[in-house]
Amino acid sequence: MTFLVVRLARALLTILIVVSFAFVVLRLSGDPALAILTNEAPPEALLAFRQSWGLDEPILVQYFNYLRTIFSGDLGMSMRDGRDAFTVVAERIPITLAITVPALMLSIMIGVTAGICAAFNPNSRLDRSIMLGAVAGFTVPSFVLGLLLVLVFSVWFGVLPSGGAQRWTNAILPIVTLGVGSAATLARYTRAALLEVLDRPYVRTASAKGVPWWQTILCHALPNAAIPMVTILGFLVGQLIAGAVVVENVFSWPGVGRLLVASVASRDLAVVQCLLFFVAATMIAANIATDILYSLFDPRLRASANRGGA
Amino acid sequence: MSDAVKQEEHAGIGPRRLPAASICCAIGWLGLLLAVGLFGPWLAPYDHTAIDLLDRLAPPIGFGGSLSHPLGTDELGRDLLSRLLVSIQMSVLIACGATLLGAVLGTLLGFLAAHMRGTVEQIILALVDFQATMPFLILALAILAFIGNSLPIFMGLLALHGWERYARIARGLALGANAQGYAGAVWQLGASPVRIYLFHILPNVMATLIVSMTIAFPEIVLVESGLSFLGLGVQPPATSLGSMVGYGRDYLASAPWILIIPAATISTMALSVSLLGDWLRDRFERTGLR
Repeated sequence: MTFLVVRLARALLTILIVVSFAFVVLRLSGDPALAILTNEAPPEALLAFRQSWGLDEPILVQYFNYLRTIFSGDLGMSMRDGRDAFTVVAERIPITLAITVPALMLSIMIGVTAGICAAFNPNSRLDRSIMLGAVAGFTVPSFVLGLLLVLVFSVWFGVLPSGGAQRWTNAILPIVTLGVGSAATLARYTRAALLEVLDRPYVRTASAKGVPWWQTILCHALPNAAIPMVTILGFLVGQLIAGAVVVENVFSWPGVGRLLVASVASRDLAVVQCLLFFVAATMIAANIATDILYSLFDPRLRASANRGGA
Repeated sequence: MSDAVKQEEHAGIGPRRLPAASICCAIGWLGLLLAVGLFGPWLAPYDHTAIDLLDRLAPPIGFGGSLSHPLGTDELGRDLLSRLLVSIQMSVLIACGATLLGAVLGTLLGFLAAHMRGTVEQIILALVDFQATMPFLILALAILAFIGNSLPIFMGLLALHGWERYARIARGLALGANAQGYAGAVWQLGASPVRIYLFHILPNVMATLIVSMTIAFPEIVLVESGLSFLGLGVQPPATSLGSMVGYGRDYLASAPWILIIPAATISTMALSVSLLGDWLRDRFERTGLR
């Protein structure tokens, strides 16, 4: 119980910092009224905006007013289509999930398999090629990989569409592009985690007792290797969100990432702010899920947290 | 080779071996890129903004091109070799500047946290947690949207990438060093905190910080090129590797070289620094410098 309370308190602190971050950068942008309503707005509108957001108050009062407005759920209106910023963002979320969830599954499939193959043949040619592939997967930017896939599969072979979201085939290239980048990270982690575990005395003891190798791997090595691997779940979600911003723009996929870049380019600040909170909420949820999974896999952590140690 | 020599080598105290061929290639390539970063515009055969509409989309040598434009030309007939050299300079400048700024900022905050403890430390650690939680690209896009873009802002923004890693490492190492005899001895001699941290603790934690810089550098190259690709990074007439890829995208079918040449440069630059970083980390671990 203490464990969950500590995690929730940390989550609340992060939310507070994100909202404060938005407040600080909004203030740094100069006059928020001008930034959100632009120079073309009539003076009455600017005045009304300043009064409604309390911009004529002292800065500390403004800060608490801002916190109150945000936490009451008022995230502002989108400048570009005049609707509630939250609605504009919410309708794009399922479209982004349609590529990020399959990409996450693809990366787990490729990354974990490659990592296991590499760990069982350390320093072999297979291991070296997998690790070289993993480094390359990390150093080739997703927009380059995406455009190369378009060049090969859309331009040269003409088998897959290069962009848009009309049919399910349009999702294949974005999913592969997103999945391969995360798979590279996962392969390196899986290999490192397994190698660490395979060196442990309990694995040697199991082998010495005559336990078949597959049983040693399945029952002893993998569950313990899973513990450090769970910790990168939050990192992977972050990588997928950042990847989606770039990949959606490469493939003209009408999701959250494309909305973010379009909103940044047109300085639609209410939408950018809403997207910032949405990403923060997702990351906090992913980190809490990571913590819970971690404690499920590793009872020692739960015990120490319940004693108030962590 | 005798067993004793093998053991000595394994322990990292034996005769020094030359680095692998891949590391030599990586160092050579980075040296070349750095030289281009320093002298790029003077080496360029043409002005990188000079337009020649009669010679649009000329292919590189080997694909039907001529010596006058060795890497071909783009959609406005601008020489790609000249643009590449100027872009490398811009990307190297931004990545080096941002990596250094981030390292200085993070290390100072880490030392500050270790020295002050208490509330200051908690605030810095909360900021570290926040930065580590949020994907950097999203924060960068939000800042660009709110504040607007210019080269100094862009470089400062990229410097914020990864500062939390240095802060965490510097704080941890400084706390460890403070508990050791040498820091205590200098403290007893009456040295100021600035002197202790900069002249005694910093040299001892430098190896780890340098390895962190080799991790941050390729990430900054990738973030910079990603933002420039999206049209939100380096603004024309200045050009960077990412913005070259962005322009090349529209001519993917008719002139793929516009995209492939800068894309290959970005990837090999990031790959070389990653390989160098892995090698340095292995060396530091073997010699016990970490």
